[in-house]
Amino acid sequence: MNELFSEWVRRAVETLSEMLRNPDQAPVVGKAFIVSVFPEFLQGVVGAFISIAALISVFGGLFALLTLMERKGLGRIQNRPGPNRVGPFGILQPVADGLKMLTKEDIVPFRADAFLHFIAPVILVMMSLLTLAVIPYGRNMAPIELDSALLFFFAAGACTELAVFLAGWASRNKYSLLGAMRAIAQMISYELPLLLASFSAVLLVGSLSLVSIVDSQGGFMLGVLPKWNVLTPWGFVGFIIFMIGAFAESNRSPFDLPEAESELIAGHLTEYSGFKYALFFMAEYIGMLAISGLAVTLFLGGWHAPVPFLGWVPSYCWFFAKLLTLACFFIWVRATLPRLRADQLMALAWKCLIPLSFINLGVTVFWHYSAAWSFAMALPARWGIAFLALAVPYTFLARQLGTKKTFARRTYRFAE
Amino acid sequence: MLGTGIIRGLVVTARNFLGSFYDRRRFVTVFYPEQKVEMPERFRSFPFLVYDGEDAVRGLRCVACKICEKNCPPQCIYIVQQRDEKGKPLKHPAVFDLDISVCMSCGICVEVCPFDSIKMDKVFEVAESARFEKLLFGKAALSKSNAYYRSVSPADAGETDARLEEEKKAAAAKAQAAAQKKSAAQAQEPQ
Amino acid sequence: MSISFIIISMIILLGAAAAVSFSNLIHCALSLAVAMVGLAMLYLHLGAEFVGFTQVLVYVGAVSIVVLFAILLTRPAPFSPGVHVPWHGRVTGILVAGLVAGMLVGAVLGTPLTSHVGQRVITVKQIGMELMTTYAAPLEIVGLLLTAALMGAVILAAPENGEKKP
Repeated sequence: MNELFSEWVRRAVETLSEMLRNPDQAPVVGKAFIVSVFPEFLQGVVGAFISIAALISVFGGLFALLTLMERKGLGRIQNRPGPNRVGPFGILQPVADGLKMLTKEDIVPFRADAFLHFIAPVILVMMSLLTLAVIPYGRNMAPIELDSALLFFFAAGACTELAVFLAGWASRNKYSLLGAMRAIAQMISYELPLLLASFSAVLLVGSLSLVSIVDSQGGFMLGVLPKWNVLTPWGFVGFIIFMIGAFAESNRSPFDLPEAESELIAGHLTEYSGFKYALFFMAEYIGMLAISGLAVTLFLGGWHAPVPFLGWVPSYCWFFAKLLTLACFFIWVRATLPRLRADQLMALAWKCLIPLSFINLGVTVFWHYSAAWSFAMALPARWGIAFLALAVPYTFLARQLGTKKTFARRTYRFAE
Repeated sequence: MLGTGIIRGLVVTARNFLGSFYDRRRFVTVFYPEQKVEMPERFRSFPFLVYDGEDAVRGLRCVACKICEKNCPPQCIYIVQQRDEKGKPLKHPAVFDLDISVCMSCGICVEVCPFDSIKMDKVFEVAESARFEKLLFGKAALSKSNAYYRSVSPADAGETDARLEEEKKAAAAKAQAAAQKKSAAQAQEPQ
Repeated sequence: MSISFIIISMIILLGAAAAVSFSNLIHCALSLAVAMVGLAMLYLHLGAEFVGFTQVLVYVGAVSIVVLFAILLTRPAPFSPGVHVPWHGRVTGILVAGLVAGMLVGAVLGTPLTSHVGQRVITVKQIGMELMTTYAAPLEIVGLLLTAALMGAVILAAPENGEKKP
């Protein structure tokens, strides 16, 4: 017994020194050590639990950080300090918010479908957390390495639509139902450009696996420029389309019609309070982080460093730095743009983004086949052709969207 | 062109974000309980009763004439006149209640008061833990010295003080004249 | 027959049974979604990752939403009581269901099922290659069918000639 213990201590010390020597792989080494302590038949389960615990704690912390950043950042943009009472500079505000949410009364409307009303936020949070499982957070650090990881991400994301519908319908409130209908219409419309934009990255790598997509973006062009997808013509356009789709999918401003406070009193969240509301809130932020993580993975080089001489910084630090940058961009856009009208929302998706992402898919194919060109001005020629193929349709589509409509006199129909 | 407006908007918000860190003109927040905005001269909240000198009971200018009570539009003032042992009314209120949850800060009581005894205050932090009993201010809570009045609204108080001084002088001169006349009349009266 | 297979089958069967027995149509549609999730689990259990995720993406994410929309747009009220079905309707229903079941059972029993015990891992790339070469014609036909359905929907929804849009 004593021998076994001393052996265990020796291995623990070894693991720790290994972790310190190579901080890039520290989480992987640590997890492997903890798993090795358990007997053989438990190791798979324990490994999964460690991943789950790490994901929930990291993203729970990020959720808290993000709510604070959002409130502080929005405040600064609106020339006010934001929350500054709880703790120094208000940094304990998320704690206060959490306590408030937990201690509030849980209200279920009298005629509501109590079971569905209860299960909707649970499904929503579950599905949002599931999407986190396939993102590679660092070198060798994808919780599950699936061959069809991208498909998994979108499949789990699709289930959130059902949860939103459940929430809206089970509340038995017209605002909730209207909000849910809007949310579903919006999510289904914007799923198309989102998928098409991400498939251009898939097309070039030839795999749905997020790990291999990230691997393909390693290395540098000419020794300085990282080989990220966003630095190619199709990747740039794809990234923009993807981000617009991401804003719509996560119901964030300027696409926050489903939760429009001024029109629908928060839509499907109207009849939720207390902890259930907190769950919705958490699902929204985690969904936003997950889709930002996917954007980082597909277009911004995942966990790869942006410059060669900073390669020594641990890979997961790069991933989370990029993730937080995108999250800040979400906040920045929220503070800038007003809400779209429902018809503008649909017109943007169907008349502009979907045609453009199809063209982008074509440009990706061109980029793939022209990679074999070997004459002198091959790279500028590729860039020029790709740019023209994207810019001309964009100008056309944008002009068609921007045409000033003449509005006829509005007629009202009343119920007979 | 679709998209340029969005970039322009993002620049505007970014400029506001950065500006709020160094530009005091952009960052206008006053940290309220610690810092307070200087209220303008004419700002008014609720009425209070002015007393002269040090004694809040003796110096009270109010004579319980009930003009303010009758003129108050929401009827938030309640006055009972003080009487001596024989039941003769005195020029002093026994009860002066003002319900500030009803008061609408119109200032009509101040306009109509012939004795300059009710004036508008500037205190607005009057939140209380009970709706009815604690927001009904009695005579003691309402009485504030003339020095206080001078400190909260100097221009009005100075004008009032000057007028009162004038009136006092006029009254004194009149009394003197009356006294002289009386003594002269007394002197003339043949014994 | 492993325990997981039994659990998954129970989920599918209960979901399917619930889908036809609830009086509230919305509950029926949601039970259908549960059965779809069960099917996806079965695919995953059998190692067909791609089909499993596609099942969730298409059937749970899209088709059940379409069903829900259809219910909400066509029913007068979501809580209207179930319609009374006359006896000949019931008999016809049972007959049709029996015929369909017979056909399916016959088809399943008539198919020579070969089992791949070696657990071949089929990548998405291989599936894509197969779809684009061996099964290109069926894929195109399905695509054509869906396009036709979409156009039919547009024609149904579009205002008739001369009719003013409300």
